Amino acid sequence: MQTALTDLERRLLNDYQHGFPLSPAPYADIARELEVSESAVLEALARLQETGALSRVGAVLRPNTVGVSTLAAMAVPPERLESVAELVNGYAEVNHNYEREHRLNLWFVATAAEATRLQSVLDEIGARSGIEVLAFPLLEDYHIDLGFELRWT
Amino acid sequence: MSATPAGLRQSAATHAAEYDELDRRIIVATQDGLPRVARPYHAVGEQVGVTAAEVMARLQRMLERGVIRRIGAVPNHYKLGYRANGMTVWNVPDERIRELGEQVGALASVSHCYHRPRHLPGWPYNLFAMVHGHDRNEVEAKVAEIARLLGDADRGHTVLYSTRILKKTGLRIGG
Repeated sequence: MQTALTDLERRLLNDYQHGFPLSPAPYADIARELEVSESAVLEALARLQETGALSRVGAVLRPNTVGVSTLAAMAVPPERLESVAELVNGYAEVNHNYEREHRLNLWFVATAAEATRLQSVLDEIGARSGIEVLAFPLLEDYHIDLGFELRWT
Repeated sequence: MSATPAGLRQSAATHAAEYDELDRRIIVATQDGLPRVARPYHAVGEQVGVTAAEVMARLQRMLERGVIRRIGAVPNHYKLGYRANGMTVWNVPDERIRELGEQVGALASVSHCYHRPRHLPGWPYNLFAMVHGHDRNEVEAKVAEIARLLGDADRGHTVLYSTRILKKTGLRIGG
């Protein structure tokens, strides 16, 4: 459940999605900008992470920079969805897996250090499940990622 | 599937010159986030065996080279009330996809925008744009905005709503 966010928490979540200070004491710099104490910033970030509203404060890497990844999809018969999802999630290479409303109802992202390993993960999933795995590798990226403007309702 | 699709072969090798072993160690040391301590870069430096100044310089260089997209807060949209997640997929002419993709990718409502391969005959869509909303009506309004922007270049589209998150972990690389 969503917990009420303070103004400080909202600003930390929305205004610092990019441009986090590369300075010796970045939280103190943010605190100065927001006119609060450094400990208030650190405590707010800790609370946001505990509640899950904040995944982390850190670097977001360009796709396919460290390792190779692909989006992949399968058309899984509904009655087999649980077991196939479990099979897919069993691979450490799989970092995201979503059920979606479509004939292709299982969409996951797999990442490996090498293209050959990535391919064998997809091949194995296909062979073990008996369901074709369609690969949707990224051909070109059109988004300049500066974060995502949050709207509070 | 036997042959490796071309896209999968675009391996890290193309980018290997853009970062080195120390950069990689810094990425691994910070992939769960920067430590929440007064001097986080000092803490990372101690962990990887270099000065804080070196850590900051490396992160700055990776930002400039585009290896790192951004450094900052990574919110969990779902937890923040963005319960509707629509993967919108569009069939647009290949010869115009870059021009159109850049326009769609620039929309504030789109969080990711990629050219991906079609799988004909069942899957004619080559442009993927991720749209988040508090509910499906909000997503639909954003889909309409993309459709207007594409005009007659939109030769068909659909929205795949996520109904369940079955797994979600940050990108992890081995140390």
